[in-house]
Amino acid sequence: MIRVILPPHLRTLAHLDGDVELELNGTVTQRSVLDAVEAKYPMLRGTIRDHATQARRPMVRFFVCGEDLSHEAPDAPLPDKILNGAEPFLIIGAIAGG
Amino acid sequence: MSKVRVLVGTRKGAFILTSDGARKRWKVSGPHFAGWEIYHIKGSAVDPDRIYASQTSGWFGQIIQRSDDGGKTWSTPGSTPGHLQGSDGMPQGESNKFVYDTSPETGKPITTHQWYDGTQHPWEFKRVWHLEPSLNDPDHVYAGVEDAGIFESKDGGKTWQELAGLRGSDTGPKWQPGAGGMCLHTILLNPKNPQRIFIAISAAGAFRSDDGGKTWKPINRGLHSQYIPDPNAEVGHCVHRIAMHSSRPDTLFMQKHWDVMRSDDAGESWKEISGNLPSDFGFPIDVHAHEPETIYVVPIKSDSEHYPPSGRLRVYRSPTGGNEWEALTKGLPQRNCYVNVLRDAMSVDSLEPCGVYFGTTGGQVYASADAGDRWKPIVRDLPAVLSVEVQTLP
Repeated sequence: MIRVILPPHLRTLAHLDGDVELELNGTVTQRSVLDAVEAKYPMLRGTIRDHATQARRPMVRFFVCGEDLSHEAPDAPLPDKILNGAEPFLIIGAIAGG
Repeated sequence: MSKVRVLVGTRKGAFILTSDGARKRWKVSGPHFAGWEIYHIKGSAVDPDRIYASQTSGWFGQIIQRSDDGGKTWSTPGSTPGHLQGSDGMPQGESNKFVYDTSPETGKPITTHQWYDGTQHPWEFKRVWHLEPSLNDPDHVYAGVEDAGIFESKDGGKTWQELAGLRGSDTGPKWQPGAGGMCLHTILLNPKNPQRIFIAISAAGAFRSDDGGKTWKPINRGLHSQYIPDPNAEVGHCVHRIAMHSSRPDTLFMQKHWDVMRSDDAGESWKEISGNLPSDFGFPIDVHAHEPETIYVVPIKSDSEHYPPSGRLRVYRSPTGGNEWEALTKGLPQRNCYVNVLRDAMSVDSLEPCGVYFGTTGGQVYASADAGDRWKPIVRDLPAVLSVEVQTLP
């Protein structure tokens, strides 16, 4: 089971308490995780990745096992600790005032 | 007895203020969508329980929210998993998908506009500034967006299509952003002619369509703007707001960056009506619900000093359709007041006497139940107010 932690505003938008839990087959990547999150919570489409280009929104970051993977290729495999749920896939709203 | 519902968009959420027809005691609901910028929230004229809201964030982009019960509950249209399954099996979730039309069928897809440094810059969607529900169908709604364009939805906000003829008009590459961005902020629908739509863009000017939004023409003759190389140019004027009375849809009132203007020929020509205003800079302009020649503005000191002249918050009312203005001050702060009133932050109800409402960047929402003679704050300490719309309910 894969765990995804959303930022608070997106949890509210998705009417979600707690983590997103996903079961994925095959190679697990940023893209497959985000596709699965959006399939389960369609109201999140366009909030993490741009609707037209599918590029990560500039002020959204992806943290995995203590590292910022925001600039990694979206189809690069994620670590085993994500696949077995030992570590969550963190989606973060960048720190910014306002 | 009639009721009034005031829909307030702020920098950190939406608030709904309700009262009976006396407009003395108010109930405040909110914040809805706490922490998000609510640029605009507006109800349908044919189904007042249908309300659309533009929810935006620098982090997470654009969200469209819809209520079908007068603002008690909200949802993102068509975004439940069982709803709108796409051909690839994915739920579409496209209520926030605003993608500019680049199809060859529309003729001339425009991809760049004037940038601050004089170069051409790609069109990039940023947010929805204004939502204008159709006058006939609660599922039909228009959206004015930044970078400037107009979209429409005919399925209650589930999907959006650009009316690309506006951007594709010959002047598109000459449009440029104002300080607030290149936004389409005003959409006026003609109640007597559904094919006629007026829009305004900062900083391009006003435009009119006579075919339901397929084609558009600039309507800026008579505007004079010293801040552009040719002060009388066809486009480039920073129009802040346009208002119309439903009984006389060929008469338009405009608050420009500087100058208050009017047109009596559906925008073919404009003349200045600033008259005795202490400053003709400002943002909102509105028309009395029952007197089509009575108009309201809030003078602001200058384009860099966005607060009332002399620190006195005054609404100015002209009962003569402009030129002759009277200051309305009773109940408004007359010293040390340095708030602004933004372009979509004034509205009127249709009760008798007409109610007038406006919100400030200091978080106050002021109401007058006697057409502006006396004012009281409904609330004083909201986040900065971006928009105010009023619904008069049976």
